[in-house]
Amino acid sequence: MSDTQYDRAPGDRFAFSELKVEEAGSGVLVYTIGLVLAVILTATSFWVANTSLLWAPGIPLGLATLAIAQMGVHLVFFLHITTGPDNTNNVLALAFGVLIVALVVAGSLWIMSDLNANMMPPTEFMNSQMQH
Amino acid sequence: MNIATTIDAVHREAPLSASEAGPAPKRIVVAFGFWTFLLSDIVMFAALFAAYAVLVRATAGGPTGAQLFNQASVAVETACLLASSYTCGMMSLAVNQRHHGAAYLFAGITFALGATFLALEIREFAGMIAIGATPQRSAFLSAFFTLVGCHGLHVAAGLIWLAVMVAQVAIKGPRPNVKRRLLCFTLFWHALDIIWVALFTVVYLMGVRP
Repeated sequence: MSDTQYDRAPGDRFAFSELKVEEAGSGVLVYTIGLVLAVILTATSFWVANTSLLWAPGIPLGLATLAIAQMGVHLVFFLHITTGPDNTNNVLALAFGVLIVALVVAGSLWIMSDLNANMMPPTEFMNSQMQH
Repeated sequence: MNIATTIDAVHREAPLSASEAGPAPKRIVVAFGFWTFLLSDIVMFAALFAAYAVLVRATAGGPTGAQLFNQASVAVETACLLASSYTCGMMSLAVNQRHHGAAYLFAGITFALGATFLALEIREFAGMIAIGATPQRSAFLSAFFTLVGCHGLHVAAGLIWLAVMVAQVAIKGPRPNVKRRLLCFTLFWHALDIIWVALFTVVYLMGVRP
C-alpha cells in the first residue's frame, strides 16, 4: 500500500498524507518560500503600478506578467501542483482550465473590440452610446 | 521457481503503477474532483473578468476606477488574504502532525484574516455606495460589483466552511472523512487567493492608471 504509486491529490504533497509525517519541517519551508516569493511579487506589482520611472505603455503588460508569475507561485508552493509523473491528472485538468479561461477572456476582448471598430457610428452618436 | 512466484517477487521490488494498483484511495479521488470544481469556478470568474474588461470604459459619465479605488485599502486586503493562505497551509501541516492546539490556532488566525479582508471590502463597497457609485450607476460599476462581490461571497462562504470544519474537528476528531473535507477547504482557500491575485491586478492596479 505505502509503495504504490497512486497519483497525488492536489495540495497533497505534505498535507494530510499519513506517510509524510516526518517531513512537516520541509512542508513549513515550502509554504514559507511560497509566501516570500508571493510577497515580493505583490510588492513589485504595487510598485510598478505607482511608479513613474517605467515606460507607461508597458506597465499593463508588466503587471499581467507579475500576476501570472504569482499565480504560478501559488499553484506550486501552496497547491503543490508539480510536473511530477504522479501529478499528470491534476496538470491536465489545470491545462484545460487555462485553455478555457484564455479562450473566454481573449475571445471576449477580441470580439468586443472588433465590434466597436466595425460598428462605429458617427462620432457624436458614439460618444453618447459607448458611455453606457 | 514458477512464473507466479517470479511475478510476486517483481511486485515486491518495484512499486505498483497506478493502473496496476486498482482504484485510487478515496482521498485522491475526492481531491481531484474538488480540483475539477475549482477549475470550473475559475472558468466562471474568467467570464466575469471578461465582462469587466469589456465594460471598464463604459462609465456613463459616472465615477471611474481611478476616482473610486483606494490602493492602501487594497494593499491591506491583499496582505490579509495572502497571510491567511499561508496560515491555512500551516493549519493543514499542524492537523497532519496531530498538533491540535496549533491547528486550532492557525484556523483562528486564518478566520480572523479572512474576516478582516471581508470587513475592509464591505467598508469599501459601503463607501462607494454612499457617494452614489452603486451598481445601477454604470455598466462599469455593475461589472465591478459583480466581479469583486462574487469573490467576496466566495470568501464569506469559505469563512463559514472554516468554522464548520473547526467544529467538525473538535466534535468528530480528525477522522479520514473530516481530513478529506479539510483538504478540500485548503484547496478552496488557496484558489480564492489565486483569483484575488488576478483581481487586484486587473481591477485595482490597472484601474487606477490614468
